[in-house]
Amino acid sequence: MSNRARTSPIRTSFVHLALIGYTLVAIFPVFLTIINSFKDRNAIFRSPLQVPTPSTFSLVGYRTVLGQGDFATYFQNSFIVTIVSIALVLLFGAMAAFALSEYRFRGNTLTGLYMAIGIMIPIRLGTVAILQGMVAAGLVNTLTALILVYTAQGIPLAIFILSEFMRTVSDDLKNAGRIDGLSEYAIFFRLVIPLVRPAMATVAVFTMIPIWNDLWFPLILAPAEATKTVTLGSQIFIGQFVTNWNAVLAALSLAILPILVLYVIFSRQLIRGITSGAVK
Amino acid sequence: MSVAESAVDVVPIKRPVRWHVGVFLFPAFVVYSAIMILPLIETLRLSFYNTVDGAPVFVGLANYKVLFGDARWAHDFWNALVNNFIFFVIHMCVQNPIGIALAALLSTPRLRFVAFYRTAIFLPTLLSFVIVGFIWKLILSPIWGVAPWLMSLVGMKSLFAPWLGQSGSALIAVSLISNWQYIGIPMMLIYAALLSIPEEVIEAAECDGITGWAQFWKIKLPLILPAIGIISILTFVGNFNAFDLIYTVQGALAGPDMSTDILGTLLYRTFFGFQLQLGDRSMGATIATVMFLIILAGVSFYLFAIQRRMRRYQF
Repeated sequence: MSNRARTSPIRTSFVHLALIGYTLVAIFPVFLTIINSFKDRNAIFRSPLQVPTPSTFSLVGYRTVLGQGDFATYFQNSFIVTIVSIALVLLFGAMAAFALSEYRFRGNTLTGLYMAIGIMIPIRLGTVAILQGMVAAGLVNTLTALILVYTAQGIPLAIFILSEFMRTVSDDLKNAGRIDGLSEYAIFFRLVIPLVRPAMATVAVFTMIPIWNDLWFPLILAPAEATKTVTLGSQIFIGQFVTNWNAVLAALSLAILPILVLYVIFSRQLIRGITSGAVK
Repeated sequence: MSVAESAVDVVPIKRPVRWHVGVFLFPAFVVYSAIMILPLIETLRLSFYNTVDGAPVFVGLANYKVLFGDARWAHDFWNALVNNFIFFVIHMCVQNPIGIALAALLSTPRLRFVAFYRTAIFLPTLLSFVIVGFIWKLILSPIWGVAPWLMSLVGMKSLFAPWLGQSGSALIAVSLISNWQYIGIPMMLIYAALLSIPEEVIEAAECDGITGWAQFWKIKLPLILPAIGIISILTFVGNFNAFDLIYTVQGALAGPDMSTDILGTLLYRTFFGFQLQLGDRSMGATIATVMFLIILAGVSFYLFAIQRRMRRYQF
């Protein structure tokens, strides 16, 4: 009885219909951008919804983007900033999470709460003083400034998620390590880190998306040509080429690409991380 | 090393000094304090100062008097605050209910292609504001004609208007774009919460003849209320801190005629300047402080008034 109630074919097809409907809404704009980036100018305007055919296929937009903009530099900057920030967030976050979840010391709860402020209060509100500090330290228009800001921004959530996971690592295992003479550092790096690797991947994805997509800090801290990130670079490129639709659509497609690739790589990890507990 | 020492001070004398606790905490503590907490405090402090003859002078609440008292400032500020509030209400009324509905559909037992739907619906959340803003600008543009063409399919072409360019509809249009982008977050969090409801509870409900809609409203919804609370507060913090989408779609002036100006864009213009207006650090810090207080009020309201009263069920 209950099985029949749950899998009634009419209900299931309505569910599919609704989900397909929203899926179309979600991917249509992206699809539209990508197909049009491979068409010539006339075809873009005459038949925006048609996929490129041999007669309308054209790479002129991509040639303009790669010829005019410094997209290689922008990509390189974005990769450096994102990867170094994620590495620092994971290392520092995991270390602090380990200290907070493993050892009992006075001020433990207080330190945990102090670190948690950053989950709710956005770092953006401190921009006025951050810029002032970066000017004083001579870090304006350097990638270091962005890396520092993103590391600070990512640490609170990383500590929160990772300490939840580290509490589940068996004490017996750690104590066995201690009896065998492992130092606390060895226990952390050789026993605990490998065990919480799935959680680390979740944190990496959650940290990566806002860093890669951020426009605010690159605009304020590092707007120079040599330090532009892809997000800022394409924003400015689009602003300058606003009437060259081929170039704009190609630039947008190029900016979508890395996120798509990273998402395909990490998506299973992301789903598992969300559904496995710490963020609920 | 002060952290290490203070952490170690409090250990009972018998035990050896546990330097490693300090070493583990030190890097995160220093970076977080130096780049996040101290600038936040410094920003709050700066809002009580102003530059007079090139030197910072303590002016007490004078900056706030200007913000709320000066007709031009007060007009901009209240305009941004009201717009921001509308922006938030649209997110709560459109994004979160649709997100919950999608999660409920996705969690239908034994549904096929779930991974595909989930991936596709989450995709816009990953895109940067620059991409999202510009794609929608192109789609809604009367020049390209994609939106009018789509509306003609359902016989509503006459209703098309350049929504982003009209001050009456621009804010709603931008909010809906933001909803489209962020619907993946409530969907994923609610989906995770729905999956964690134990099978026995659902089976017990079915034995009592509660299925379908009634099951969702009477059994599942009360169980996922804490997750709904979390997505509400995340939406609140995100919205009152938003900037990027408005900036990429409508520019720093948040046109047309400031009808899409929210606190984030107001802060950017004030602090950083635009076109002919010079940046004003003190007023920027003042607006940031007001935003801080609004977010703090929202978060405290959630923590003390909502989260405490929420019933949690343990299985």
